[in-house]
Amino acid sequence: MLQFFYKLGRSLSDFMRFLGDCCRWLFVPPYRIGQIAEHIERIGIQSIPIVALSVFTTGMILALQLINIMYIFRAETFAGAAVAIAMSRELAPVVTAIVLIAKNGSAMTAEIGSMQVTEQIAAMETMAVSPLRYLVVPRIFASILAFPALTAVANAVGVYGGYFVAAHVMNVNSVAYLSTMYFYVDPDDIWTGLIKAAVFGFIVTVICCYQGLQTSGGAKGVGRRTTAAVVISTVAILVADYVMTFLFIRFLGM
Amino acid sequence: MENAIVRVRSLYKSFDEHKILNGVDLDIEEGRITAVIGKSGTGKSVLLKNIIGILKPDKGEIFFRDSDIAKMNKEELLEIRKNIGYLFQDAALFDFMSVEDNIKFPLVEQLGLKNGKELSARVAELLELVGLPGTEKKFPSELSGGMRKRVGLARAIAVKPKIVLFDEPTTGLDPILAESIDALIDMVNKELNMTCVVISHDIASVFRHADKIALLYDGVIQFCGTPDEALASTHEVMQRFISNSFRGIGAERR
Repeated sequence: MLQFFYKLGRSLSDFMRFLGDCCRWLFVPPYRIGQIAEHIERIGIQSIPIVALSVFTTGMILALQLINIMYIFRAETFAGAAVAIAMSRELAPVVTAIVLIAKNGSAMTAEIGSMQVTEQIAAMETMAVSPLRYLVVPRIFASILAFPALTAVANAVGVYGGYFVAAHVMNVNSVAYLSTMYFYVDPDDIWTGLIKAAVFGFIVTVICCYQGLQTSGGAKGVGRRTTAAVVISTVAILVADYVMTFLFIRFLGM
Repeated sequence: MENAIVRVRSLYKSFDEHKILNGVDLDIEEGRITAVIGKSGTGKSVLLKNIIGILKPDKGEIFFRDSDIAKMNKEELLEIRKNIGYLFQDAALFDFMSVEDNIKFPLVEQLGLKNGKELSARVAELLELVGLPGTEKKFPSELSGGMRKRVGLARAIAVKPKIVLFDEPTTGLDPILAESIDALIDMVNKELNMTCVVISHDIASVFRHADKIALLYDGVIQFCGTPDEALASTHEVMQRFISNSFRGIGAERR
């Protein structure tokens, strides 16, 4: 038991040191623009279809449930505002982040992990190149930009998913549905979602890259670390989501 | 020793409970080929990795000229590594880059070369030197083990380091290929005037090429001297190594 806490403490302190290094190097040029662009393409552009599909269905489900409940109060047109607020504040950033963890976070861990077990990371160090600066920092920049950009796309697609169900499946008055949405949705709803997405991008990338760099023990080790990266980053973004929501509501009134 | 480029003093390194290096003392003479021999798993690679600073020793000193590598922080280590090339056992080429980009990597990252023509010319020259002209566009997965080692060597000597560390350069190669790698080590030493440290199981090749032989056994250097001194040595472990390696195959069959 003592051993367990000792190990946990040691890995936590290792992680905190890694986190500190990442934060420091984020502000030290040169920035590898080419690499950042390449990662933005992989994380951002190539993920548009899968993110769009995921949030479109999420928007549809949400509208279906809300219209069903609000119909009891004859308030089904308010589902428009409810879907848009829930989507921009919570669902778009969270669903986007979860899809990106599965698609890109796991890939980051597996890529860096297999480089670690084949000594490519060590080779990089012998050539006086910090793996953190070469592999991790460009991915963090790309994620900080790509996560909010995809979340913005997700907002639009998710809201349209809700509208599609309301107007074409549940036969809600579409003009009233949209007008409640315009009336109640505030720019703050969208901003908080986008800020969350950027923070999620940072958290996911740091965790996944850290797990990759900690890999040992061949192909099995890569598998184990990839699983750990996906599980830990999923839980981490949900916890971070709660904390940020609390801070936004309590202290910033957003 | 006055002309030693690297001096290792009372070096200790253990992993968990496992003691690997137990007070290693070794001088690496400038401009010579020093071979470190020993059983598998006795810490020969660990010794090299300590010298280049990928691993931190538990105790002891490693002087490169007058600076102690063991006491350096990350930034200082990156700087000192510009003087040291390292050929990994499996070459550790970046598998997502072509041969050309692999060799360009240290030129761009360490020397800061940017001119495309100059870089390509230097890559072609290095590939010519290791006997693989025209392979620029190939990927590591398309190369044989011996070819990968040659590209690894080209990458290791690209920035003209003062000293090149070879981690089992001939392991896993057939005798003819092994001989050609040995010839390359000779060439690096004699023509490019680089100090070479070779760790190897291949006792016969070590006796042909090394200027000095060090025997690592039980975590300490048990013997260090010229090949002639090694042959004349009465050191029991050294004797066992030599007699087992040079025992005639005919005699064994009989």
